[in-house]
Amino acid sequence: MPTDKRPVMTPVQNTAPLAQAVIAIMRRDLKASLRQRQDLFNPLVFFVMVVSLFPLGVSPEVSFLRQSGTGILWVAALLSTLLSLDHLFRHDYDDGTLEQLLLAPQPLFLLVLAKATAHWLVTGVPLVLLAPVLGVMVHLDGNSIGVLCLTLLVGTPVLSLVGSIGAALTVGLRSGGVLLSLLIIPLYIPVLIFGTGTVTAAEAGAPVSGYLAIMGALLALALTLAPFASAAALRISLSNS
Amino acid sequence: MSEPLLQAVNLSCERDDRLLFRNLDISIVPGTLTRVEGPNGSGKTTLLRILAGLHDACQGDILWNGQLRDRQRESFTRNLLYIGHRAGVKAQLTPLENLRALMAGRRLLSRDLLAAALDNAGLAGYHDAPCHSLSAGQQRRVSLARLLVSDEPLWILDEAFTALDREGVAGLERLLLQRVSQGGAVIATTHHPLAADGMRRIQLGKVNDHAD
Amino acid sequence: MWQFFHKLGSPRWFFDLAGRLMPWLLVSGLLMSLVGLVWGLVFAPPDYLQGNSYRIIFIHVPVSFLAQSVYVMMAAAALITLVWRIKLADMFVKAVAPVGAVLTFLGLFTGAVWGEPTWGTWWVWDARLTSMLILLFLYIGAIALGSAISDEKFAARAVAVLVLVGVVNIPIIKYSVEWWNTLHQPATFTLTEKPKMPMAMWVPLLLMVLGLYCLFGWLACWRLQTEIIFRERKARWVRDRIMAGGRG
Repeated sequence: MPTDKRPVMTPVQNTAPLAQAVIAIMRRDLKASLRQRQDLFNPLVFFVMVVSLFPLGVSPEVSFLRQSGTGILWVAALLSTLLSLDHLFRHDYDDGTLEQLLLAPQPLFLLVLAKATAHWLVTGVPLVLLAPVLGVMVHLDGNSIGVLCLTLLVGTPVLSLVGSIGAALTVGLRSGGVLLSLLIIPLYIPVLIFGTGTVTAAEAGAPVSGYLAIMGALLALALTLAPFASAAALRISLSNS
Repeated sequence: MSEPLLQAVNLSCERDDRLLFRNLDISIVPGTLTRVEGPNGSGKTTLLRILAGLHDACQGDILWNGQLRDRQRESFTRNLLYIGHRAGVKAQLTPLENLRALMAGRRLLSRDLLAAALDNAGLAGYHDAPCHSLSAGQQRRVSLARLLVSDEPLWILDEAFTALDREGVAGLERLLLQRVSQGGAVIATTHHPLAADGMRRIQLGKVNDHAD
Repeated sequence: MWQFFHKLGSPRWFFDLAGRLMPWLLVSGLLMSLVGLVWGLVFAPPDYLQGNSYRIIFIHVPVSFLAQSVYVMMAAAALITLVWRIKLADMFVKAVAPVGAVLTFLGLFTGAVWGEPTWGTWWVWDARLTSMLILLFLYIGAIALGSAISDEKFAARAVAVLVLVGVVNIPIIKYSVEWWNTLHQPATFTLTEKPKMPMAMWVPLLLMVLGLYCLFGWLACWRLQTEIIFRERKARWVRDRIMAGGRG
């Protein structure tokens, strides 16, 4: 057999450091989103629009807005996160980078975590930054606005992480967007409750550190479990394509 | 004979209630080009995805270096370069950024090396143009540029010739043959008439659908 | 032991087992729930506070209880699907998810019917009712995801991931909803707070719960048999069985 004399390529043993792979994914996602500005602004504009529907649709009275403002802002933030989640894996799925992500030599859950972090940086953080402006518009007082921003700061990463599971489950499906909301909204309820509850407690003059600690616990739980679930879901979804 | 790099033992796959193939045995040896053939819908892409580890709902074992592949996923993925139907190229990024992102999890390459690969892939002058401004053939070339800097011994290429011009096709053909002569293993599907010395063929689409 | 486990995974073996179990489950289920129902609705003493309207607990409590445990059963089956890839487990999830959703809906409905005379309104955002509503959402999500994916195998696995995520969330949701409830309406009369029940109420309630479990078992077997027939329709044993006539 002539194959005996042929050279044989030996398998490669060394792999690039994990940090390098994680940073590369975050950089790629951030660059891609920053160049696709529309995708970045749409959820934010949506956030502002939803909030402005309440004074128009219910009542512009200061007492109503002051009482419901936290809830309105939180619900709007939640919906606008849902809106942006559909893109989390779908673009990657369409252009084939998701396949390459699954075939990377690094553990998939860490790469998913990197993607969820990048998602939070471009969607969650702007929401937190925009919240004070809208807080003023719904007549929240300064202290409440501060606490509200804190809860959003701890809560929005949970939304990105938990949402990544739904995005991973629906990535290959045509009915993706609406289905994603159906799957994820029930899972968002605890974050919503504690997010708004913390601000309510602050308004009543109660100390909020305990409630924030609970939200921190939710974040820790989401950080440890959600990437595994998303990674498993991605493998299933890509198997089906 | 050298040891097989990748083996599939008794592989069967059914999708959407249709049997694609049954009891398939495949052995991929270094220094060979294997062409998967069959009509549309015969499961060529599915087979390549199964071999690459993207599709796992089938019966049978897949061995990497003689051991179960799924137990050594890291070593396997590090040594596999898979290019599918979808190029794996982000439209908002430039070819250089895309290539760097695709290589980042594998090994560190200098900017000059990456740029040289893009030049050789026929993208000289386009390094810093966003990929959405490139043609389909050029986007395909961005992903194929990975082949030029690849140290992975196993290539799995699904319809890699799609969208390439005549010159690109000839270049890719040369590249595949050169790789094989260096001891790499290539598995490919293509509608393009590809032929090489000692090329192996896997014929799909010949199972009759009578499960018992 | 391992062999038994393996056998349990074989649809054909289970099909026959289910066929043998079903008559027993149906008879004992009907018997227990009928006795429990008549006892509870007719013979049990009226409640000192709520009069006769409380009697709906003989339906509400068992149904709600079962609705929750069906989700936990689904989660257990989901784990088996993902870890051991046993076909029967994912058929189970698919077969009982709609049953669980209907039970949850019945739990909500009977809760509303009970709420009317108790609170004077059909719906109150009480902690328990709200949790049940969210449970209904979780069931609907699982069913919707399953039906959106055409390939049975992948549908089963995707649903399994979702159900497991859901079951991790259920305690968190329950806790948060209870906390939310105390925040917004402290110290109202809740369904959660049952008055001390005399023995004469306990026994029929227990009978109802056991009876419903048996009926659920019967229904699950029946739906599983249907699912098995459908999925294995190409297998020879199914054809033989159909030729021989009926479910056997």
